[in-house]
Amino acid sequence: MASSAAATASGEPPVLPSLLLIRRLDPAFAAALRQRFRVFDFFASGDPLPAFLAAAAAAAAAPDPPRAAVIMGGGSVRVDAAFLDAIPSLRCVVGTGAGVDHVDLDECARRGVLVANSGTVYSADVADHAVGLLIDVLRRVSAAERFVRRGLWPVQGDYPLGTKLGGKRVGIIGLGNIGSLIAKRLEAFGCVIYYNSRKLKESVSYKYFPNVHDLAAESDVLVVACALNKETRHVINKDVLRALGKDGIVINIGRGANIDEAELIRALKDGRIAGAGLDVYENEPKVPAELLTMENVVLTPHIAVFTSESISDLRDHTISNLEAFFSGKPLLTPVLP
Amino acid sequence: MASSAAATASGEPPAILFFRRPGAPFNAALRQRFRVLDFLASGEPLPVFLAAAAAAAPDPPRAAVVMGGGAARVDAAFLDALPSLRCLVSTAAGVDHIDLAECARRGVVVANSGTVYSADVADHAVGLLIDVLRCVSAAERFVRRGLWPLQGDFPLGSKLAGRRVGIIGLGNIGSLIAKRLEAFGCIIHYNSRRQKGSVSYKYFPNVHDLASESDVLVVACALNKETQHIVNKDVLEALGKEGIIINISRGANIDEGELVRALNEGRIAGAGLDVFENEPAVPAELLSMNNVVLTPHSAVFTLESRSDLCDQMIGNLEAFLSGKPLLTPVLP
Repeated sequence: MASSAAATASGEPPVLPSLLLIRRLDPAFAAALRQRFRVFDFFASGDPLPAFLAAAAAAAAAPDPPRAAVIMGGGSVRVDAAFLDAIPSLRCVVGTGAGVDHVDLDECARRGVLVANSGTVYSADVADHAVGLLIDVLRRVSAAERFVRRGLWPVQGDYPLGTKLGGKRVGIIGLGNIGSLIAKRLEAFGCVIYYNSRKLKESVSYKYFPNVHDLAAESDVLVVACALNKETRHVINKDVLRALGKDGIVINIGRGANIDEAELIRALKDGRIAGAGLDVYENEPKVPAELLTMENVVLTPHIAVFTSESISDLRDHTISNLEAFFSGKPLLTPVLP
Repeated sequence: MASSAAATASGEPPAILFFRRPGAPFNAALRQRFRVLDFLASGEPLPVFLAAAAAAAPDPPRAAVVMGGGAARVDAAFLDALPSLRCLVSTAAGVDHIDLAECARRGVVVANSGTVYSADVADHAVGLLIDVLRCVSAAERFVRRGLWPLQGDFPLGSKLAGRRVGIIGLGNIGSLIAKRLEAFGCIIHYNSRRQKGSVSYKYFPNVHDLASESDVLVVACALNKETQHIVNKDVLEALGKEGIIINISRGANIDEGELVRALNEGRIAGAGLDVFENEPAVPAELLSMNNVVLTPHSAVFTLESRSDLCDQMIGNLEAFLSGKPLLTPVLP
């Protein structure tokens, strides 16, 4: 499909807009981008980041240095002042996640660099996974699975009891897209929904708590569904875990750094909280060894977004944001600081 | 604590027969209120135990608590051996271990657990479904084996929204499953003995047709003559190679041999099973599959429902013994 770039006067094929790519892609996504853009692929280049950016900014990209970039989160690349200095042609950064904690939003705003995220493309999938983790922890599904697979059922008899979902008070930290979808699902199980958000939301009837400590004190389960930023780093800390109490459960589908991971592990080891369902960790793909032997935790490898449907939707959405930018239209899912 | 049931003429607490599995929890609660004749503890063969009970002084037992899961089968011979028996209380929703027709013929009333743990079973069914579609337990194994740093990304799961879920049996449990799955954006279809005017879900008069228009089949029906192996080779074929089965009813609702073959050969995509034809034996082939989730008949096992179940069982016994209607009678 022809890009929106103009053909040259001599009738040569149109120059595809240059695009900086700092993300590993599945073949379908890679092909779709290369059809539409001239892709400068960081991981394929094998160069260190500064060299890669310098090349993209200069001769390698003439006459059209990249004005847009697709940059994944959760990796080591941060879109900060140094990054933006290295590639001054950049006017648009498209993240492929809901979270854009790898992008310095203030710095981008200062330079007039637009930022887009994945919007609500996979919010439902993340919400579904969060609920799955919650059921699994409360009802010990994966632990019972291990019991069966090890052949212990005929030997040890019934597996220990789980606890009921109905009536549990679930405190959601961050009632955005994902948090709201989690709330709606859990209501169908008879859970009672509480939340903390930057501001009270008039449109919902759930009980609002102005801070996470108070939320934890009145909840049986805490679900981390907020973005990662300066305010929410380690939002779940020793104090919050103590307020949650020894029958409490933590579910994290936000970012590993939303929780003080070492404190969480200590609390689990000491029995100061009852269990946890985690899809994210502070140093992925490293999962603290102490967690790997606990029966009351459920651990998944950052898969909350990963369904075949959402991968395909994400690809379409990313391309739509890029095409909007290159044709001078507003981004579909802009992120403001 | 004295029982509120009518004491026997002798003033002693009434005798209750108790048929249980090893490790069952209700002993203490029953002993507080009744004189418990415990079959498992007696160590005797069933006919000997029943004969002794029939001769029990001062009063032979009029009621029995019969757990499911192989504790006992109540049939004509059983009832002949103990003519004093007028009431059976099952601690399960299922009463497939009781010959309801025989009981009706003799005027023996039967109670089950009613809706005491319906929500817990529904929650577990949904948990199994999410686990199969989103590979939660399989991903768990991947992480615990330390494969994440080595092998990188885990394979993709499948979205729930838009999936057509065919529920076999839209009773208490089936309805609660439907309500939960609607919140995830699933489309609900069902088969039941009769269409239900009060719901807007699409009705299918037979399970084959339900399977051919569903992405997931959930078995939520009682086990009886009609529903034995209701999920058979034909139904599995209609469900197709992207299809998933969830079973929280009875192992015998599914032709287990056929299911294992279909999974082995990739003729269906996966299964979430809480029940099996020969519990606690689980077919060995299932234990090494990554696309199945297996739990040890734990759909009912929560602390809260265990406690509610105990209250319900005692409530039914006390109602019967004081001449009142059962709380949760089962009709034949």
